[in-house]
Amino acid sequence: METLEQIKNRAELAARGAKIDIVVNPGPSGQSSLLLDNEHAVGVATFLRDHPALGFDFCSNVTGVDWLDRVVKKTIKVKQIVDGVEKEVDQTTEEKIPGYLESVYHLFSMKLKHGPLVIRMRAPNRNDAHLPSLTPVWRSAELQEREIFDLYGIHFDGHPDLRRILMWDEFKDHPMRKDYVPPDDFEWEPTPHDEVLARAKQHYPPRPQLDGAEKITSHSDVATPNK
Amino acid sequence: MSATLETIEAMERPPVTMSSRLDGELLEVSMGPQHPSTHGVFRMNVALEGETVRKLKPVFGYLHRNHEQIGENTTYLGSMPYTDRLDYFCSMTNNWAYALSVEKLAGIEVPERAEYLRVILAELTRLQNHASLLGFLLSDMGAWGTPLMYAFREREKILDLFESLSGSRMMCDYMRFGGCRVDASEEWLAGAKQIVDRFPKFLDEFEELILQNEIVIARTQNVGKLAADLAISAGITGPMLRASGANYDIRKVDGYGIYPRFKFRIPLGDHGDTYDRLMMRALEMRESVEILKQALPQIPAGPIVNPKVKVRAFRPPVGEAYGRIEGPKGELGFYLISDGGPNPYRYRVRPPSFINLTILEDMCLGHVVADVMVILGSVDIVMGEVDR
Repeated sequence: METLEQIKNRAELAARGAKIDIVVNPGPSGQSSLLLDNEHAVGVATFLRDHPALGFDFCSNVTGVDWLDRVVKKTIKVKQIVDGVEKEVDQTTEEKIPGYLESVYHLFSMKLKHGPLVIRMRAPNRNDAHLPSLTPVWRSAELQEREIFDLYGIHFDGHPDLRRILMWDEFKDHPMRKDYVPPDDFEWEPTPHDEVLARAKQHYPPRPQLDGAEKITSHSDVATPNK
Repeated sequence: MSATLETIEAMERPPVTMSSRLDGELLEVSMGPQHPSTHGVFRMNVALEGETVRKLKPVFGYLHRNHEQIGENTTYLGSMPYTDRLDYFCSMTNNWAYALSVEKLAGIEVPERAEYLRVILAELTRLQNHASLLGFLLSDMGAWGTPLMYAFREREKILDLFESLSGSRMMCDYMRFGGCRVDASEEWLAGAKQIVDRFPKFLDEFEELILQNEIVIARTQNVGKLAADLAISAGITGPMLRASGANYDIRKVDGYGIYPRFKFRIPLGDHGDTYDRLMMRALEMRESVEILKQALPQIPAGPIVNPKVKVRAFRPPVGEAYGRIEGPKGELGFYLISDGGPNPYRYRVRPPSFINLTILEDMCLGHVVADVMVILGSVDIVMGEVDR
């Protein structure tokens, strides 16, 4: 397989105006990924599938990831003059990264037997997340994108049949989000209890209001009002 | 699930060419979720014209328990026994796929004896999964009981091996990061060898009795055809893909574990119909027997787990990894994102039987409703994995 830089350059040449970034994976697996811009994602994906030297005809896995707002601390050594002597001092900078929703695609080639190529797309607005659907390019994304829509709430524009798949249709929230709070009672449904109670109050006469003195003096009278 | 019914109703209906009992109306049948041939709680909304399937929409989620979120709230090792419950027929391969992904994520080496044990157990799993699938499929076709019991007789011998090794028949929880949990004794290996040596006899008998049966051939040949290019585009993997003629086996392509050391062939189908998918399982069992015959005498002595791997306070470095193996049902993958903590930040299962259902409608259209059960049976699904 070609290196990520080569694939990136090829794709940027083929799809005019496409901007692709490389997201470096610091772990030992070394599976770095390409970050596509949402506008040109379908064009780039089609190119990756159809180009004879790349031939990523098999989209294996589609994953949704939720990233909340976070602060990344970076420590850099800076040269500073302290008391007239130049010294290296640690300087920590805090970078605020706003939250986003992400969909990650793992691509393989069945023809050329290479892979994985990891591509990802990011939806910055977590409240109304929209991403282009890659189902027209790889049919295997159909059920998996439906699952991400269900569990993460990313709307895939261009998906042929975007419905809830694992949760029931009446369910409101997206349970795989990191800030999801499960309800206290999953089986709560509005019951007529309160209305029934109000009608009951109208129907039955109010209980006699008794002051404390009666209670103490004539116990038997209070207990049997018919007497 | 009322909205699903509405969706089918709202869909455009095909022009009716033949007269049916309902005067051109499509009859909507909800197959499942309690149908015995749906292999669990799985439902299909089928629109029928007479007996012919015109539309089919699978309905998922009856067994959904958000496995992935539970995995995110548990430590890495804590998810290992829970992977057994994904595809409860093949807990050994589930364990392996998860262990492989974590080993990629953390950069862990596996000792040689453990690799051999993993191959032996994965191939035994493949034998028992394929044998019981053939039994279930014939049971769906109406050969009630007998073929299934023939298959279960063999399966039970393999499950006895699993039980004596790991303590459990189906929920084995056997693999660990960087190795396996308990060592196999000489007696165990001898017992495994005996079962493997006798297995081809069962295969001969089974193939002669069933795969050459006239009724089986009539019900499966030219039923549920799947073209290779559609299968590749739809991400179909495993025996189902190879029945369509695409040569893709992750054991050969990735060469994970020590598979490159063994000589085995990949059976390929010509037509991509249900009969080819059936035959694919029978032929793959023979190749698994070949691998086991090579692996069992070769297994070296030595440690079964990498001693450098921390059991407590296991924290992989920041990063992500996707690991996959060739499970009996197809490509089983795990995608893990680590933020350096004791739990995975993201824990994703790539379930083969879920993704293999993508083209269920395409395979069933135009066939009679009785064929739907046969086609679904040949996909080989387990609901624990489909719904997660």
